[in-house]
Amino acid sequence: MRRPPGAVTELLGPALLVILVGVVGTTASASNEGYFLNALVSVAIVVAIYVFVGISGVLSFGQISFVALGAFAAGVMTVPVESKKGVLTSIFPLLRDHSIGNVPSLLLAAALGGVFAFLVGLPLMRLSGLAAGIATFAVLEITHNVLREWTKIGPGATTLALVPETTGALQATLGALVAITVAFLYQRSRRGRLLRASREDPAVARSVGVNIHLERLLAFTVSGALAGFAGGLYVHLLGSITTEQVYLELTFLTLAMLVVGGLTSLWGAVVGALAVSGLDSFLSRAESGVHVVFTFTLPQGTRLVFLAAIMALVLILRPSGLTGGRELRLRWSLRRWR
Amino acid sequence: MTILASIDLQTLGDAFGQGAIYALMAVGIGLVFGVLRLVNFAYGQLIMAGAYTLAYTSGWPVAASIVSCFAVVVALSLAMDRLVFRPLRSSSPAVMLVTTFAIAFLLQAVALIIDLRDGQLGQVASSIAPLNQAVSVGGVDVRKVTFVAVGVAVGALITLALVLTRTTIGLHTRAAASDFRTARLLGVRANRVIAFAVVVSGLLAGAVAVLLTVQNPFVQPDFALEDTIIVLVGVVVGGIDRLWTATLGGFAIGFVSVIVNAALPTDKTVFLPSVVYALVIVVLLLRPAGLFAWGRRAAVERV
Repeated sequence: MRRPPGAVTELLGPALLVILVGVVGTTASASNEGYFLNALVSVAIVVAIYVFVGISGVLSFGQISFVALGAFAAGVMTVPVESKKGVLTSIFPLLRDHSIGNVPSLLLAAALGGVFAFLVGLPLMRLSGLAAGIATFAVLEITHNVLREWTKIGPGATTLALVPETTGALQATLGALVAITVAFLYQRSRRGRLLRASREDPAVARSVGVNIHLERLLAFTVSGALAGFAGGLYVHLLGSITTEQVYLELTFLTLAMLVVGGLTSLWGAVVGALAVSGLDSFLSRAESGVHVVFTFTLPQGTRLVFLAAIMALVLILRPSGLTGGRELRLRWSLRRWR
Repeated sequence: MTILASIDLQTLGDAFGQGAIYALMAVGIGLVFGVLRLVNFAYGQLIMAGAYTLAYTSGWPVAASIVSCFAVVVALSLAMDRLVFRPLRSSSPAVMLVTTFAIAFLLQAVALIIDLRDGQLGQVASSIAPLNQAVSVGGVDVRKVTFVAVGVAVGALITLALVLTRTTIGLHTRAAASDFRTARLLGVRANRVIAFAVVVSGLLAGAVAVLLTVQNPFVQPDFALEDTIIVLVGVVVGGIDRLWTATLGGFAIGFVSVIVNAALPTDKTVFLPSVVYALVIVVLLLRPAGLFAWGRRAAVERV
């Protein structure tokens, strides 16, 4: 079989873009570096969501549950043992007396995210359309509620602090690259293509023997593992976290990033995440005055107004997203433009 | 039967009140979904705008305050349709939904800026607070607003049922809701039907704004946001494809939330959302097309 064109750019395009952002991030001032790292972690989260929502075409509001689980698992397990007794008083002794390093915590986050997604997906992946959206949203609500109120497994409603801030430019870039590579390998695989076929036409896909429930469950699990991993990156970036930071607002923001970029392509996920976080960073800088050709300052509090308005405008003017939901394909696009 | 023992008349009254308000919101969301196939997440922000109008017109006579609340909400609802929904009519459901997220955040951010002009968050709508007093009926304290809520809900639903079944515009709306394209071919004017649905949905949002503000006169930018999310869940659980099942779904989730809250042991009520949403998942798994959508099977969607 001839290799379809564009396989190289499909991976290299997003990867190079992420590396570029990482490299520029290291040259930025300390106060600006956070924006770049945040953008890279957003890429990891949005790519995780894309693996399920983008490829299967089933709307899910639940992927941030796996981010939350990953973030709290990685966070709780990396707080140094000597500080834990003071911070996490009511936690299970097993969790209190052990701590693990940075990389094991990321692997743990990914594993927990994957297992949780598999268990949740087992019954839920039979649903599609709005019912699937609402059921996955219910998962988010339950996860948030339990993480917030059950103080035996975490900090409850208080802030989880003293998490080692190990997500620097290198870890953020590598993390985003891992997410992109996994997503790429999955969507290029036989299984990924079967799922994509079921998105385009469920009836025909079923008629040629695609087990839609199984394919969706696999994608949901991969997506959950990536989301857990991204949650681990996120908590190590922030250093302290509350359950509210991995809840509704993050769900809406990351979904908006995916849709703004283009729901149905990996390139769209990466571009959307970087474009929206870039815009958000720019606007929050602009609230304290920014110099572009001439210096201008946005009135305080208008950042969210502009961010929401620009996102709405993009969606109204370009409903298929900035990338049109297509992968980056140089040869293909040259032919088209000629 | 220890669970039922903790549910007294008081709880039942509250449950009906909550269910009635959620049913009104469900109708507002369901009507627009019927004609536009659009889940309007920004519906809560219409209610929030109405609540702010009530708060900022607290000094006016109550009637004028309520009229201006309705005017603002309906105007905003129409503006939303013209500026956002109309350009999106041919988009995919995901794009429409996410765009309404953006609109919701936009309106909330604008409300925050307006609210913070006086340096403190939140405004109090004081003029309509007296409705919140309790009256004693047969030994049970029921807040007056509960009666008003149930009354308004029943009245509005009966009126709407009459309009939908007895008038031309109602017939057109029902035709458009069951098959928009065919309805247009048969001479139903799309824009008029949509405008009708949007205005009615706005009127209902205005009514809900008044009822919710009476219950909780402290208005903040995220006013009614949580309620909207719960109602959206209830609407889908009930069956969003039909107005009646959607309405029943909205009522049911409000009613059940209050009952579950009363039935849970006091130290476990923090887990109320988990219990309610676990029920939601169970219902969706058993009846994906909607709890009340009897006799219809979820067909495979074909273009």
